[in-house]
Amino acid sequence: MIRKEALHLLRDFRTLTIVLIMPLVLLLLFGFAISTEVNDIRIVAVVDRHTDETRNLLEDFRANSYFTLLGAVEYREVEPILRSGKADAAVILRYSGNELRSQIIVDAANTNTAQTATAYIENILGDRGAALPVLTRTLYNPQLNSAYNFVPGIMGMIFILICAMMTSVSIVREKESGTMDLLLVSPVRPRTIILGKLIPYFVLSCVILALMLLLSYTVLDIPLSESVFNVIWITLLYIILSLGFGLLISALVSNQVTALLVSGVLLMLPVIMLSGMIFPIENMPLPLQWLSCIIPARWYISAMRTLMIQQLPASYILTEIIILATMATAVLTLAIKKLNSEN
Amino acid sequence: MSDAIVTEGISKKYGNITALDGVTLSVPSGMLFGLIGPDGAGKTTLYKILSTLLLPDNGAATINGMDIRRDYRKIRASIGYMPERFSLYPDLTVSENLKFFASLYGVGIRDNFDLIAPVFSQLAKFPDRRAGALSGGMKQKLALSCALIHRPKVLLLDEPTTGVDAVSRNEFWAMLSTLREKGITILVSTSYMDEAQRCERIAMIDRGRILEVNTPGRLAAGLGRNFYNASAREMYPLLQALRTFPEVKNCYTFGATLHVVTADGFDAASTVRRLETMGLTDVKIYPATGTVEDLFIKLAENG
Repeated sequence: MIRKEALHLLRDFRTLTIVLIMPLVLLLLFGFAISTEVNDIRIVAVVDRHTDETRNLLEDFRANSYFTLLGAVEYREVEPILRSGKADAAVILRYSGNELRSQIIVDAANTNTAQTATAYIENILGDRGAALPVLTRTLYNPQLNSAYNFVPGIMGMIFILICAMMTSVSIVREKESGTMDLLLVSPVRPRTIILGKLIPYFVLSCVILALMLLLSYTVLDIPLSESVFNVIWITLLYIILSLGFGLLISALVSNQVTALLVSGVLLMLPVIMLSGMIFPIENMPLPLQWLSCIIPARWYISAMRTLMIQQLPASYILTEIIILATMATAVLTLAIKKLNSEN
Repeated sequence: MSDAIVTEGISKKYGNITALDGVTLSVPSGMLFGLIGPDGAGKTTLYKILSTLLLPDNGAATINGMDIRRDYRKIRASIGYMPERFSLYPDLTVSENLKFFASLYGVGIRDNFDLIAPVFSQLAKFPDRRAGALSGGMKQKLALSCALIHRPKVLLLDEPTTGVDAVSRNEFWAMLSTLREKGITILVSTSYMDEAQRCERIAMIDRGRILEVNTPGRLAAGLGRNFYNASAREMYPLLQALRTFPEVKNCYTFGATLHVVTADGFDAASTVRRLETMGLTDVKIYPATGTVEDLFIKLAENG
């Protein structure tokens, strides 16, 4: 049974490749490309009088890895340079009397970049010159590395996708083609059939988990610690929960398209929109916040953030663990009950 | 000769629709038994009940003495079931499919290869072809091989030849005869009337009821009297005219002629004259030998 299911999986080479590669691509995409942080801000400086003070400031910009100091220019050149896109911002240092005044001109074509760049520049200027009134300190993720934020989210999404969607589709496919009847007519017990269906997807999920962890810790530099064991077993719990969803869907619907739609609309969308993966839960309207409570990915992602990024011991995420475990038990019981009543 | 399949008053409803309405049937051991009826007659439901996939609402059934409710696990090991649609894994190869079904029943392919050899011989040439890439006739042979791999005592075939070309159908029926000689009881359903003639005994089923059980020859013989072919140059007016005659019970087109079922005392010669006075030309009416198909039409009309 398991052998056959594995053969199915291997035979469908394209899907398998997609399933294996997709999490990694997503991870890297979110980790690097679609980052909300701003790297490599190209700036030009306008300095009307060179002093130690201005020299030190420019040195700071040059030493900072977030900036590329293109050089000093005349004030009237600033606008053409920004317009032509050769630089992202200009820092103007001017003396009025003996006091150094600064001005920042930013290309705000991309508001995100503009805001972040302004904040960075202000920071550097503030460090040197006049006392900065607000001192910001970012905890846990000092560089606001967005990869840290996305890795748990992607894991939450991928496992729902693979376990729930693929399992339900594979079971419903047998129902649709009539082979389920043949399996049921054989002396093999129904629960063995279901188990045979689940195990290959479970194994596949474990492989993906291993790959994702490996990638997170090596390429994305997410710190590795003893919490990795907690990460693994909570993810396993989440995988089991997702498999339960897959079973439940396959027990409820009778064709592949419905299975895809149900798992897509009922599972994927809420996971993406409401789990806190992209949009912070705290910013949602209250009813949506309540709705997000029944989405397992919300709890999983929050647990993962605590474990992977804050590196706190498992005792801090007891609520999440209990909720996930309860959900898993409930969904599995429901699915098995439903399947039994059908046969 | 004992009975391999016995059903007593089996009924099954899906919501408001009655699929089976008190089906009582017995199939003697080692017989090639046909089940004939139009689509929606309840054939597939009966198959699902006999193969323990569905439980009947009422009534009892046994297969080789095993009750479908109590002994369903034993039954599952001793029957081979081939559902209506092609139900194998199209993405697995021929030999993988066969191996998989063998492993489901805990047997090796070699153990019962003698049984499937005649069926499988043509498939053996390409064991690595995906089942989905096989022709209709080949698919059906593979499905039969898979249903036979555990040497079942009873073979349940639900419309095995639907969508298969005439040559393959012919071959398939020849194989069924071979299997019957090995002592396997076969219950086969079909909506092709010509195939029904090849069964030893047939049961006609319509709207969930068994209409009649007999040998094909005798069933057709029952039609012998009061059964005529009719033809004329103007076929459609002929059909309309015949239908207005009180002594004509039923009249329908059958190939190039009309089949006419009449009451006792029907006189062909006088009817021809009457039709000719109505302006029809070249009218011929002569006794016909009925086929199972005519019988079916007759039974369905009465039922």
